Amino acid sequence: MSTTTHQPPAAPKHVNRLGFTMADYKGAESTLCAGCGHDAITAQIIKAFYEYGVEPQRVAKLSGIGCSSKTPAYFLSQSHGFNGVHGRMPSVATGVMLANKSLVSIGVSGDGDTASIGMGQFVHLLRRNVPMIYIIENNGVYGLTKGQFSATADLGSKAKSGVMNDLPAIDVCTIAIELGCNFVARSFAGDPKQMVALLKAALGHRGTALFDVISPCVTFNNHEGSTKSYKYAKDHEELLHEISFVPFFEQITVDYAEGETTDVGLHDGSHIRLRKTDKGYDPTNKGEALDTLRKCQESNEFLTGLIYINEMKPDFLTLLNMADQPLATLPQERVQPKEDDLREIMAELM
Amino acid sequence: MPNQSPQALVAEEEQRLNGGPVINDFSIQVATVNGSGSQSSNTILMRSIFQMGIPVSGKNLFPSNIAGLPTWFTIRANKDGWIARRKEIDFLVAMNPETAREDVMNLDPNRVVVYEETLKLNQYRRDLSFFPVPFAKLATEITPDSRLRKLLANMIYVGVVGELLEIDPAETETALTKQFKGKAKAVALNKTALDIGRKYAKETFDRTLVPYKCQRMNATKGKIIIDGNAAAALGCMFAGVTVATWYPITPSSSLCETLADYMKDYRIEKDGKANFAIVQAEDELAAVGMAIGAGWAGARSMTSTAGPGISLMQEFIGLGYYAEIPTVIFDITRVGPSTGLPTRTQQSDILSLVYASHGDTKHIVLLPASVEECFQMGYDAFDLAERFQTPIFVMSDLDLGMNNWMSDPFNYPKKKFDRGKVLSAEDLKRLGSFRRYADVDGDGISYRTLPGTNHPAAAYFTRGSGHNENAVYSERPDDYKGNMDRLNKKYETARQHIPQPEIQYANGTNIGFLAFGTTHWAIIESLDQLQREYNTRVSYYRLRAVPFTKHLTEFFEKHDRVYLVEQNRDGQMAMLVKLELPVELVGKLRSIRHYSGIPIDARFVTDALVGAEKGEQN
Ligand SMILES: Cc1ncc(C[n+]2csc(CCOP(=O)(O)OP(=O)(O)O)c2C)c(N)n1
Ligand code: SF4
Ligand SMILES: [Mg+2]
Repeated sequence: MSTTTHQPPAAPKHVNRLGFTMADYKGAESTLCAGCGHDAITAQIIKAFYEYGVEPQRVAKLSGIGCSSKTPAYFLSQSHGFNGVHGRMPSVATGVMLANKSLVSIGVSGDGDTASIGMGQFVHLLRRNVPMIYIIENNGVYGLTKGQFSATADLGSKAKSGVMNDLPAIDVCTIAIELGCNFVARSFAGDPKQMVALLKAALGHRGTALFDVISPCVTFNNHEGSTKSYKYAKDHEELLHEISFVPFFEQITVDYAEGETTDVGLHDGSHIRLRKTDKGYDPTNKGEALDTLRKCQESNEFLTGLIYINEMKPDFLTLLNMADQPLATLPQERVQPKEDDLREIMAELM
Repeated sequence: MPNQSPQALVAEEEQRLNGGPVINDFSIQVATVNGSGSQSSNTILMRSIFQMGIPVSGKNLFPSNIAGLPTWFTIRANKDGWIARRKEIDFLVAMNPETAREDVMNLDPNRVVVYEETLKLNQYRRDLSFFPVPFAKLATEITPDSRLRKLLANMIYVGVVGELLEIDPAETETALTKQFKGKAKAVALNKTALDIGRKYAKETFDRTLVPYKCQRMNATKGKIIIDGNAAAALGCMFAGVTVATWYPITPSSSLCETLADYMKDYRIEKDGKANFAIVQAEDELAAVGMAIGAGWAGARSMTSTAGPGISLMQEFIGLGYYAEIPTVIFDITRVGPSTGLPTRTQQSDILSLVYASHGDTKHIVLLPASVEECFQMGYDAFDLAERFQTPIFVMSDLDLGMNNWMSDPFNYPKKKFDRGKVLSAEDLKRLGSFRRYADVDGDGISYRTLPGTNHPAAAYFTRGSGHNENAVYSERPDDYKGNMDRLNKKYETARQHIPQPEIQYANGTNIGFLAFGTTHWAIIESLDQLQREYNTRVSYYRLRAVPFTKHLTEFFEKHDRVYLVEQNRDGQMAMLVKLELPVELVGKLRSIRHYSGIPIDARFVTDALVGAEKGEQN
C-alpha cells in the first residue's frame, strides 16, 4: 500500500460525445452458450451505439422469440425493451414507432423468427419502410428449439444429425431489396470491424435498415458440412468493399488516394466510406445489387458489406404526415375535439 | 301465470287490421338484389318516416356478396318506440324476381304488396292487397341509360310507398337532399323518379285499400340516426385515440373507415398534420401487434375486427394480458365459426373473448346495447385500458354495428382522460427507482414508464415469459405465482370500475330476464307484451360488462327463475354465469337462445318465456 498522501490523478473516464460511458450501453449478463455468434453481435451493438453517441433513453429494443431475440436484454439496459411473440416483432415495432416517432428503434430477430413464422410481417415492414434497424442474427437453424433447419439454411448443408437440407435457402437481402428496403447490409459475427461500421451507418439512415448477420450457433450448427459455421464463413467470406464510417460530428479526413474510395452520404449528415476492392461494386445501383446477390447464391459465395443503399426514399412515418410531437405524449386538449364539434356531428345525423 | 291462447293473439291482430287504419305501427320489407343501389332509397324512406316524428328502425339483411344475391331491408315504424326487429312483415316491396314468390308466400293474410308488374305476383295469393307498378317502364321514361334506370326504379318505389303510406312528400325531399349531400344533379334526377312514383300511385291506386298510415308525431325531435360502428368510431375519436390499426372484415370494417373519415375532418391540426395514425395492416396479427406496440409506447391505440380476426389475435392478446399493455379491441360479432355467415348477426364470441389466448387469462369485455353505448363505451374503453394496463374488448354485433338506429344525441364527455399509472422522469427523480410489476397501491395495478422517458431508471424489459417484480426474467415459482395472483387482484379491482349493470326489479314477480347487447331491444318489448297479453311482470337485469358484479348474485337471490336470453347456440353467457354464481343459485338459471343469424325479436322471447313457464308449472 502506498504511504504517500499524494493522490494519483484519476484515470480519465472515457465518455462519448453525449457524456455516456461504454458501461451505460451494456445490459444484463448473457445466458447464451459460450461462443454463440449472437453474443459477438451484442458486443458490436454496444460499441456502435456508444461510439455513435445514441441517447440510451431514446432507444426502443424490440425482438421476437429465439436465442437471438433474447439478446436485447444483454445490451442497453437503460433502454426500454420488448420481447414480443415469435415472428411478430415487425408489427410491434411499427406500433411503437407510430406512437413515438422520436425513438430510435432496434429490432433483433433470428432467421427462424424472420424467414419462417415472421415472413409475412417482415415483408410488410420492409414495404412500409418503418424507420428502424432490423438485425437478423442468421445461423441457419432454430437455436432455441434445438437445431432444426431454418428457411435460410443453404441447399445441401448438413444438420448435426447428418440430415441434408434439400430445400433452397431464402435470401433475406434479396427479398429486402425487391420490396423496396433502402439499406441492406450483410456481415459476419466474426468480423467486428465491418459490423460496427455498418451498424453506425444504419443509425444514420432514415427508414428500415436491414442487417443480415451470419451468426454461428456453436451448439447446433458449427460442424463440418454446415454452411453457417465459423470456419465456413471465414473461408468463404467475400468483402464487397472495405467500409468505414465518418460520423456527422467529425471532420472528413482523407486517408486514401483519390479514386480509391467512394463516399455515400447518409440522412443524418454522416458518410460511409467504401474502399473499393477489385470488384468495383456500386451499392447505389439496385440492379447490380440484385444481380450480385443472385450470382453469389449460385456460386455459394458469402458476400459481406453494404449491398444496397438509397437515401432518397421517404419513410413510413413521413408518409403518414403525423404531428411533430410524438402521438403518445399529445395532451387531451390536442386529441379530443371540442364540444361544438360533437354538436356539429350530431346535427348532421338528425 | 294467466294464459292467453295463440288464437286470442291472432284475433287481436285481426282487430288491429280491421278496426280502421293502423297508424304508425307497421313494418316494410324491401326485397332487392345486392348491389342494385337500393341502400340510398331505403335510407331515404326510413328517414322520411323519422322526420315525421315517428320512431323507426332499419335493418339490412344482406348476403356475403358484392352484387347479385338477394337482400332484404326492413323498416319498422312504431309509435310506442319499439325498435327491435319485428318478425311479421306488413308491407312488402318485391323488386327481386329471384325471391319474389317466396317473399309473397311468407306474408300473413291481408298484407300489402307493391311489386314490379311483370313479376305477376298476384297469381300466388288471393288474401293480399296487390299493387303492381311498371317500375322498369317508368324508369325508361326518365333516362335511356340502363344502369341509371335500375337505380331510379329504386327511387320510384320510394315515391309509390310514400304515396300509399301517406308519407309527407316534403320530408322525403329533405331526406333525399341530405342523402345526396345537396349534389344538385343527383338530387334533381332522383326527385324526378320520386315524383313519377308518387304520381303513378296516386292516379292508379285506391289508397284506402292500404290499412297502414303515417301520421305526424313528435317522438323523434332532436334525435339522431346512426349505426353502431360510426357511434363507436366517434367514441374513439373523442377519447383521443391516436393509433388505429385494422384489417378489413365484415361487419367491423366501417368502424375504422368511419373513424378515418371523421379524423380527417376533426383531427388534422392547423399546420395540416395529423395527430393520429390509421394503418391498414396486412392481417389481424399485425393489426393487434401494432396496437399493442403503440399501447406499450404510450399511445391510445385500438383495432377492430370480427370473430375470425379475434381467432388470429389470440397469442398477442395473451401477451397483452400478461405483459400488461393497454389497447382497445372492438369485436363486431357475426355468425361463426370460421367465416360462418359473415353478414348475419350473433352474440357468439363471448367465451372466446373473455378467455382469449392460452394459459391463465381472463379479460374485461364491455357490452354495448345501443348506439349511445357504442359511443360511451368506445370512449370509456380507453380509460379502462390505460387504468388497468390490459387489452379491453368492446363486443358489439352486426345488428348494432351496421344497422341504423335512432338515438338521443351523444353527450360530450367532459371528464379528464384517465391515462393510468404512468411515471414521468420527474416522478422518477423523486422516487429514484421503480419496480414495474410491484403492487404498490394494493389494487393489483403496477406503475409503468414509457419508452423515451428521460431518466436512467425509467427503462424496463417487457416480456411474455416469466418475470419478477423488477421485470427481470425469472422462472421462480414464487415470482410466477405472485404475479398471477396480482393479475387476479387487478381483475377483481376492475369489477367496480367497468360499466355497471342496469337492473329493473318488477313488483310481485319471481322471475327475471338476464340479457346483454342488442338482445335488450327484444327484451324490453317482450316485457311489454308479457304485461299486456299475459298480465305477467318480469324483472330485467342487463349486463353491461364482464366480469360481473355482486348485483348479479343478489338478482338471483331475489328470483326463483332467471331467464338468460342470448344470441348463440350454446348459451355462452349462461356458462359464464354458472361459473361465477354461488353453486346453490345455479339451479335458478334458465337459458333462452336465438341463433338463426337474424336479429332476435320480442315475439320469440315472449313465446319462449311463456312456454318455459308453462313447463315449470306442469
Ligand atoms: C408460436 C410459436 N411457435 C413456436 C415457438 C417455438 N420457438 C421458439 S424459438 C423458435 C425458433 C427460433 O429460431 P431463430 O429465430 O432462428 O432463433 P435462434 O434461436 O436460432 O437465434 C421456435 C420455433 C414459439 N415460441 N412460438
Ligand atoms: S443454441 Fe445456438 S443460437 Fe442458441 S445460444 Fe446456443 S449457440 Fe447460440
Ligand atoms: Mg436461428
